[in-house]
Amino acid sequence: MKLPLSWLKDWVAISLPAEELSSRLTLAGFEVESCLPAAPPFSGVVVAEILEAVQHPQADKLRVCQVGIGSGAPLQIVCGAPNARAGIKVALAQVGAKLPGELNIKAAKLRGIESFGMLCSARELGLSVAAEGILELPASATLGASLREALALDDVVLEVSVYPNRGDAMSVLGLAREVSALLHQPLTLAPQAPVAVTSAATHPVKVEAIQAAPRFASRVLSGIDNTRPTPEWMQERLRRSGLRPISAVVDVTNYVMLELGQPMHAYDRARLTGEMRVRMARSGERLELLDGRTIEMQDDVLVIADSEQAIGLAGVMGGNGTSIAAEASQVLLEVAYFTPDAILGRGRRYGLQTDASQRFERGVDPAGQERALERASQLILQICGGEAGPVTLSGDPAGVPARPALALRRTRLARLVGTALPDAEVEQALRSLQMQVEVTAEGWQVTPPSWRFDVSIEQDLIEEAVRVIGYDRVPETPAKFPQRFRPRPEAQIEERAVLDVLVARGYQEALNYAFVDPVLQQQLFPDSDPVKLANPIAADLAVMRVSLWPGLIKCALENQRRQQGRVRIFELGSVFRRRDGVVAEPKRIAGIALGPRAPEQWGLGREGADFFDIKSDVLALLDLSNAPEAFEFEAKALSCLHPGRSARILRDGRGVGWVGELHPARVREWDLPSAPLLFELDREEATRRDVVKAAPISRFPQVRRDLSVTLPESTPLRALKDRATVAAGSLLREFRVFDVYQGPGIESGQKSIAFGLIFQDNHRTLKDDEADRLMAGIAADLLANLDAKIRE
Amino acid sequence: MESLSELTQRALADIAASADLARLDEVRVQWLGKKGLLTEQLKSLGGLTAAERPAAGQRINEAKAQIQQSLDARHALLEAAEVQRTLAAGRIDVTLDGRGEQSGGLHPVTRARLRIEQLFCDVGFTVAQGPEIEDDFHNFTALNVPENHPARAMHDTFYLAPGEAAEGALLRTHTSPVQIRALRAGKPPLAVIAPGRVYRIDSDATHTPMFHQVEGLLVDTDVSFAQLKSILHGFMEAFFERDLAMRLRPSYFPFTEPSAEVDISCVECGGKGCRLCKHTGWIEVLGCGMVHPNVLASCDVDPDKYTGYAFGMGIDRLAMLRYGVNDLRLFFENDLRFLRQFRGG
Repeated sequence: MKLPLSWLKDWVAISLPAEELSSRLTLAGFEVESCLPAAPPFSGVVVAEILEAVQHPQADKLRVCQVGIGSGAPLQIVCGAPNARAGIKVALAQVGAKLPGELNIKAAKLRGIESFGMLCSARELGLSVAAEGILELPASATLGASLREALALDDVVLEVSVYPNRGDAMSVLGLAREVSALLHQPLTLAPQAPVAVTSAATHPVKVEAIQAAPRFASRVLSGIDNTRPTPEWMQERLRRSGLRPISAVVDVTNYVMLELGQPMHAYDRARLTGEMRVRMARSGERLELLDGRTIEMQDDVLVIADSEQAIGLAGVMGGNGTSIAAEASQVLLEVAYFTPDAILGRGRRYGLQTDASQRFERGVDPAGQERALERASQLILQICGGEAGPVTLSGDPAGVPARPALALRRTRLARLVGTALPDAEVEQALRSLQMQVEVTAEGWQVTPPSWRFDVSIEQDLIEEAVRVIGYDRVPETPAKFPQRFRPRPEAQIEERAVLDVLVARGYQEALNYAFVDPVLQQQLFPDSDPVKLANPIAADLAVMRVSLWPGLIKCALENQRRQQGRVRIFELGSVFRRRDGVVAEPKRIAGIALGPRAPEQWGLGREGADFFDIKSDVLALLDLSNAPEAFEFEAKALSCLHPGRSARILRDGRGVGWVGELHPARVREWDLPSAPLLFELDREEATRRDVVKAAPISRFPQVRRDLSVTLPESTPLRALKDRATVAAGSLLREFRVFDVYQGPGIESGQKSIAFGLIFQDNHRTLKDDEADRLMAGIAADLLANLDAKIRE
Repeated sequence: MESLSELTQRALADIAASADLARLDEVRVQWLGKKGLLTEQLKSLGGLTAAERPAAGQRINEAKAQIQQSLDARHALLEAAEVQRTLAAGRIDVTLDGRGEQSGGLHPVTRARLRIEQLFCDVGFTVAQGPEIEDDFHNFTALNVPENHPARAMHDTFYLAPGEAAEGALLRTHTSPVQIRALRAGKPPLAVIAPGRVYRIDSDATHTPMFHQVEGLLVDTDVSFAQLKSILHGFMEAFFERDLAMRLRPSYFPFTEPSAEVDISCVECGGKGCRLCKHTGWIEVLGCGMVHPNVLASCDVDPDKYTGYAFGMGIDRLAMLRYGVNDLRLFFENDLRFLRQFRGG
């Protein structure tokens, strides 16, 4: 909230510079977000009166004014403002005045007429951003007085941020209490004298929702003149606090709310029908609000009504039908304590967050209604005249929150804070916050004041004591945490190891939003049924990702647009998938490769990367498992992948991921220069690793035999390898493919694969003829089962 | 017939005339090979008497040794010359780039996160995880934020569309729900940190709708505010690798009491005041406090027996400060030109 320092000084003596005070408040939990002068520096501006204003003979829009400042001869000033007229008091910048924006006032001739100064607008003085005409001062302003003094411009406006648990501090009074406690200065708040009751007028009030409104004070003010202007000092305080002056009665209600933290409402009594009722809205009941909107309410919404209809959304905003018009002469003032529960969330339901609702939601002082009502009555009578009727009190005092005494144990305080604070300081801190403190054997018995909604347990008292004493008084003490080992399962591959594999292979890590474009995701995964957000921030961030690919593809496309021809990006993160009615969040590791196989360089060509490049990246990740033989690449495609160039990755027969080339249709649609390659793996399942049980190694020589076969091109290598492995038996140590060929010399529909087999025995040296026999058996097996013919 | 000494002279001349190692080898075979001219001489010994043989044999062997010696010397000379030639021919430009792939890199936010995890694990914390789709209970209620509480307005929450998941399911607005999960899963003493993605409806120059936080929680008997100050100050100095001033300001979080905001002296200007710290000399880095007894109780931890502290900080913010990144949005644009500044893991 915004708060002029001068207002604060009404109740507490402050000798500190504003910056110092700001820092003290900030360190006590009331962050001062800004501390700005009420007016920028200027000098040489005084209160003056226009004695005469005549048309400039050479210029339609200029007037020649004779201006008096209470002494000496009148000064001649040429002025262009349409409101420059005889009889008003104005701000005169005399010759020699220095105005904001480095403007120095000198005597000048305007269209041939001499001018000895300038009549200022609020904008020219830096008091507002816009202004119509020159600033008009109240008739009571003293001629010749410095304008800075006349308008109390040597003031500072603090913008203080108040946490939601401190509704009590959302007022001048509340912050004055804090400042008083922090600076050890008394709060000079006198009791509010009741106004004289000179009229018998009352208005019947019936509080039906007694739990929601346990205190409800009202009064009728008759014969008032709401057309009288609000005094300049009050207008100025309202403006500095960020409120716009409206009319005397409304200004007073706002002023008292800012001053005491008690929102209130004034009704034009002539527009009320029958008694005032405080009740719950009827389901579907409608109300036209002050802002012109009509809302439809539910039955948990508290309203103020007359005998016919709702006339206000209690604690939030009044209704349009009963608002105070300029000509209103009889006003019903309402000052209530609504419980926070009755107001919480109601305004937000209709998109409203008002000064009143913010205070009621957080809790206004349940003991403050009469004071606020008397204060408002006093100010309205002062400004508008009229007569006050008696105060009507309704409600149920038992419904007002009690503030039971709380025990504060000395040992608890020391234990939680980590140091013993002197008793006297603790007591003084709590007393300075107007808590009642009684000393007990174990510490203190503390009763918080009525306005402190946030103090309900011992820890709250501890915070209050330490806050006032200063958090800086708490030492820094290292914890003694028990030394013990924590589980570190070796089977779970550390995240760092996973990341490092891809980083070493040229991939740059990306972090994408977990919500993605539903259209893009649908194109990639038409059957995915993603989890939808109720309130997405944008239409293209409306569903949760089912895969990391939508984000990565978007990244790749954007980087292409940024002239990054070669893209290697990966991401490690959760995806969101429905499983049996609940949403699971498996972690995935995924990557995308677009562009040449290698960065542009002198020693390698610019061939595009293909399936086998990215497969090798995938294999490097799978190798973390130390179980390469457990994995299988099954020719299979998701609809977003090229049907002939993608594979499902299985571990021991269970799917753990996908790898492949983006479908050509998507490549065309997104206008990509080449087809990106994609992979995605389940981070846990794909990398999980058994603890190694080392086997003895053979000390006998290996025997290698190579074989080249032709076989149908549709036969996957996997089949050849499986067959050869079975046929080779237990002596086979390794199977290596070293050539795959299709083309001249090979029948069409066939391919040639050349591979090496490495045999070894653990207990003896293998003889050549044994290896030859094994090879013959393998060749026969491959011919019989795969139609693979040996090439000589 | 040539005398032995004539033969020897001829052999030595051949050796001296050999221009390269191949020619030298031919000369060796010609003279000392199985059918070499000197080997032939040895065969001729058969025609001598037993008395003549030893002296003749010795002369031949001496000649052989002389030739061998000369061969060896010539061989060494030629080989050295050969190496010199190879060296001269084999010069490369070592300033050309190495062949193959270049290293990629980790995202700066990940770098910062791993660094934070490492530092806290060093002093005995374990890393905990929680779901990103949370329920109202863990995200709010168990953290002492009942429905309609004004503190809920501090978090603009993304909710899942009706029927998408359990009633009231939301994207977690902070990592604090992991506190609840950790407390319910394990018994004190407990020291965990929980890094992760969090979500709030906010998108402008300094906010992104998804960002990263790390939560810390330590619960034991006699955990104090003084210990909280100590660990946070120690962490900040370790993370930034410099001495820093730290101050705590009273704050409000429903799940801690007392609560504090933590400022450190500006990492840019050291506290003198600059644009980064808005000329205050301080930078706000985290929120913290002593775990509220209601939170302990909601997790069946006896608040009379145990106390605890909790803290939560923005990883993105720490990464920005650490790596001099002045715009949060850069972290989520994934522009390779930005990311490549963080190469090499």
